[in-house]
Amino acid sequence: MSVTETEESRAVTEQGPSPDAVLAEEDRIPPASADGEDIPVPPGAPRALLRSLLGPHKARVALAMLLITLQQAALQVGPLLVSYAIDRAIPALRDHDAGPLIAVAAGYLGCAAIATLLQRSFIRLSGVVNQAILLEMRKRIFRHAQALSLDFHERYTSGRIISRATSDVDAVRELLNEGLQELLSVILSVLYIAVLLLVMDWRLGLASLASVVPIYFFTRGYRRRSQVIYRRSRTAVAQVIVRFTETMNGIRPVQAFRRESANEQAFAVSNGEYTEANAQGLLSMARFVVSSRATANIWITGVVIWGAVLVTQGSLQLGVLAAAVLYLRRLFDPVDQVAMFLNSYQSASAALEKIAGLLAHEPSVPEPAEPVTLPARTDDALPGRAVDFDGVAFAYRTGKQVLPRFDLRLPAGQSVAVVGATGAGKSTLAKLLARFYDPTEGRVTLDGVDLRDLATPELRRGVVMVTQESFLFSGTVAENIAIGRPDASREEIEAAAKAIGAYEFIAALPEGFDTDVRKRGGRISAGQRQLVAFARALLADPAVLILDEATSSLDVPGEQAVQRAMSTVLSGRTAVIIAHRLSTVEIADRVLVMDQGHIVEDGTPADLIAGTGRFARLHAAWRDSLV
Amino acid sequence: MSTQPEPQPSPRPPDRNRKHSATRSLLRLWPYVRPIRWRLTASTVSALLASLSALVIPLVLKNIVDGPVAHRDTGGLWQQGLLLLVLGLMEAGLFGMRRWFVARPLADVELRMRADLYAKLQRLPVSFHDRWASGQLLSRATSDMYTIRLFLAFPLVFLIVNSSVFLTGIGIMFGLDWQLALITVLPAVPLILLCSYFERRYSAAARLAQDQNGDLATVLEESVLGIRILKSFGRHRTMAARYRAQAELLRETELKKARLLADLWAVIVGLPELALGVSLAVGVVQVAHGSTTAGTLVGFLSTALSLRWPVESLGWLLAYSNEAATATDRFYEVMDARPADAADDTVPGTEASADAREPVVTSTRDGIRLEGVRFRYPDAPADSADLLSGLDLHVRSGETMALVGLTGSGKTTLTALLPRLYEIDGGRITLDGTNIREIPRARLRELVSMAFEDPTLFSASVSENVLMGAPDAGEEALQRALDVAQAQFVRTLPEGPATQVGEQGLSLSGGQRQRLALARAVVGAPDFLVLDDPLSALDVHTEALVEQALRQVLAGTTALVVAHRPSTVQLADRVALLADGRITAVGTHHELLESSPEYRELMSGERAEDGSLVR
Repeated sequence: MSVTETEESRAVTEQGPSPDAVLAEEDRIPPASADGEDIPVPPGAPRALLRSLLGPHKARVALAMLLITLQQAALQVGPLLVSYAIDRAIPALRDHDAGPLIAVAAGYLGCAAIATLLQRSFIRLSGVVNQAILLEMRKRIFRHAQALSLDFHERYTSGRIISRATSDVDAVRELLNEGLQELLSVILSVLYIAVLLLVMDWRLGLASLASVVPIYFFTRGYRRRSQVIYRRSRTAVAQVIVRFTETMNGIRPVQAFRRESANEQAFAVSNGEYTEANAQGLLSMARFVVSSRATANIWITGVVIWGAVLVTQGSLQLGVLAAAVLYLRRLFDPVDQVAMFLNSYQSASAALEKIAGLLAHEPSVPEPAEPVTLPARTDDALPGRAVDFDGVAFAYRTGKQVLPRFDLRLPAGQSVAVVGATGAGKSTLAKLLARFYDPTEGRVTLDGVDLRDLATPELRRGVVMVTQESFLFSGTVAENIAIGRPDASREEIEAAAKAIGAYEFIAALPEGFDTDVRKRGGRISAGQRQLVAFARALLADPAVLILDEATSSLDVPGEQAVQRAMSTVLSGRTAVIIAHRLSTVEIADRVLVMDQGHIVEDGTPADLIAGTGRFARLHAAWRDSLV
Repeated sequence: MSTQPEPQPSPRPPDRNRKHSATRSLLRLWPYVRPIRWRLTASTVSALLASLSALVIPLVLKNIVDGPVAHRDTGGLWQQGLLLLVLGLMEAGLFGMRRWFVARPLADVELRMRADLYAKLQRLPVSFHDRWASGQLLSRATSDMYTIRLFLAFPLVFLIVNSSVFLTGIGIMFGLDWQLALITVLPAVPLILLCSYFERRYSAAARLAQDQNGDLATVLEESVLGIRILKSFGRHRTMAARYRAQAELLRETELKKARLLADLWAVIVGLPELALGVSLAVGVVQVAHGSTTAGTLVGFLSTALSLRWPVESLGWLLAYSNEAATATDRFYEVMDARPADAADDTVPGTEASADAREPVVTSTRDGIRLEGVRFRYPDAPADSADLLSGLDLHVRSGETMALVGLTGSGKTTLTALLPRLYEIDGGRITLDGTNIREIPRARLRELVSMAFEDPTLFSASVSENVLMGAPDAGEEALQRALDVAQAQFVRTLPEGPATQVGEQGLSLSGGQRQRLALARAVVGAPDFLVLDDPLSALDVHTEALVEQALRQVLAGTTALVVAHRPSTVQLADRVALLADGRITAVGTHHELLESSPEYRELMSGERAEDGSLVR
């Protein structure tokens, strides 16, 4: 049969969106929880997403549908012309009338040409629509992932977001590009053939169409089975990917702790599950192919024999039988294509659901509906701004209280050191001020303005936080520093690096500031990364600077360079410094000691050291550890 | 940030050479294909028989039309009908068998290739992993494997089957009516030429799209990994613009692909249809003149239709084979890389035997000795100086040595040399008198336990993560190690030490991870301990507690501890100062404070006496 094996033919096919086909099935799929995600998908979200993506392209989609409808019509005329040729043109020609023959030839060639051109336009048009949809989807996922708050990122893990925007988008792309055109063509050709068969001879037509019933049941059964297998395979491949990336990203500890064999065993389990799911999928496909094709061939035999009997009885014309046979073979050709379509459909609908789930997740730190600007500063005022924690309390989503209700005022220009044991709530305090989280109660204000009322650009001119992790983006060192202020000139970037004590090591890199951090010779140590992070903050020049354990990997001279820079370059700015090293505290105007979410001591360094509290004890111990 | 696509870090074989070597590349799959060769053959034969029976069906139709129908012979009709039925069932059954024969074996080929790749990668030196982005490795383990499996399942089989079917079909058509056959076959020549022309351009565009997809994924990955920085600076718009620019580049390429595909399909659909139209007209003339029968015409047209797929498929079967060849090359790029232990003992999978012939680590308690050690990273620019240039250091048995030096002086690198995560370029390192090159890696890494500056936890329970350091250690050792590292927080986790952490589990803070990594390093009471700034993420209070507990562990161990802080230095008996690729001073903390201005500056931040910062 002409296109019996069709996994293969998908590779060259292409095409167009049929929202309704997808929508019709959307509700039947239970929420994806295969890889243990805790994002609930609101009912109807995938459908709404699809609608909003397709919305702007309604006219094009309609045009594409029209093109493919006409194209299929032109393509299906062929056998009808064959029938006409046998029954009319041959006798006419024998009577020396070439008219019907010329009509047939012209008709056939004309239809072939039209079908070809229509197909070409359709592929181009639907390519435009598909790509627009995919681009929009990618942009939305990206923007949304960026807008979601940190607590979300901490739970959802980077791998999942990446797989949403890569493999899930790919699954949708595959359906758009390859699956939908096939489905449309199949539906249309079945419709046309049905109509043509009925018109040519209603008896043969009805008999042929009856075959749709068993094939429908086979397809449905296959769909159910493959859905189960497909889910297993998705879960298994996710496991394979996670194990694989984890090993490769942690290759040092893997080798240092001789994890190779243990890892292989664990990997073999995931790998085996994935393989088993694949094998099951292939076997289930084989069963489907056998049953549906056998049915189709039995049916063709039956119709041919019956048709032949009818012809021998004289109640059917030979040409009609010939056309019917040609049509029947076309009718059953796409059966395997339907199976392939079902696979890519299932893959895409699961993917769309996950994407919709991600997009429907509301950021817990939303942008203000009506942003407010910070009060303008008078020229003689300090560059810093006042910070107020006004009856603030914070608890995790689980309800676990991290910071009980408290009030705190940091006057403009004050630098405050926050010390305390791990888990005392220092970082939470900092994250509330940076608006990585919103407080569960009360409000945090900057010069009297609630942080929640500030649009992001305004907020980040006000507050910048430097964290302990010092991730570098691909690109040059200069570009990495310029994240602090994208419009900064090279001089300003270099000045910031100088001020922080990072200039020397950067200049010593193979290409200086233009060294690509991901390329040859771009090896940068943890401490150097922190210096780059500081240079970035310096360049950003914020009113309030938060340093969350940002000097942990620096050596003493590095830390001192940072402190010198802060006391000069950042003087007059409000600063919150969380540090393990009490050396940092000495440059602070004020020290807060935290314990289990409470601020237990608050005063100038001198006062606290002179006292008998925790800080005095800590400080004494620290002094002893020094030179 | 630049918006230009990042060049792929892995070199791809140049395209030009592809054509010639595609077959050779694919032949390299033989070791994996060999075990399933009979099943693959059976599958090919089934597919061939199925396709041929599909080809015979039109002939039976012709016989029905010309025989029983023309002669009103009902008896002959049943006979032909039965033949038609048998052929139809054969076709269905054989196509099923073709899948059934290889379904599981092909999945197994994929399994074995992936397992081998994984095993290989785990044993490649760290310097290899430095060069290769993990995404590149991942795509080899997933999508490339899939491509190869699909190649074995379809293109390989159908290149054989379709060529046979095509030739047979042409034979049949010529047998039926040579004039019509000629008309139909002629367009096949330009069709195949045009197909291969478009396929070539299409695969170039497809490869570009793949690369652009990779760049897009890189931007995405970075934006997620660096989310705290982007949020801190409110730079998500910059990043989004960069992403959009990349995504638009990809769209352009995809549109180009769509246009090529549109042209390709126009050719594929159009040419054969036109040929069929002409042969229909000619056939009608022939039937009218009685030089051929109506049945022959029906059979002919039906056969011609059956041949469309074999012809259309050739182009992409070849393209897919090309893609599979690329995938195979990519696979072997990794498999051909020299494993860390090719030069010496341990070969993957033979650790046990390697251990058996392990040279006995002598009982001379000599500690750790580095003599004239030289090292540079393989990817360092050629004109740069060695990172370590003739470094000497002796850590006496049972002693704790702190290693200090300016940021970027090579301290972390030095620690990675002891367990041979990197190989030294010169000099030698001995442990209790034995050169580490003579100790099998597995044994060496058992002897030397490490805590890394960047504490990595794996997706496993806390106790599994800690016990990685000593798989045989029991509950008691686990508790002791957690106590030493002040990781009592483990008890308050939802499921205590059984709590899952890592990418698929609970995310822990930097300080918590660091303490678990420390527990992992000390749990097995190793002979040699290497700690890279083990306390950097701890608060003062916890740091003091850890130090206290760690002192007892260090008392019985030979240890090298990278330190940035005076407090960490005080764990050590002696201190070594690393500068300019050498150890420039060794002594106790107080001795060095007295004797070394460099050290004083490093520890106190006060400038050296001559007033210049020591670099």
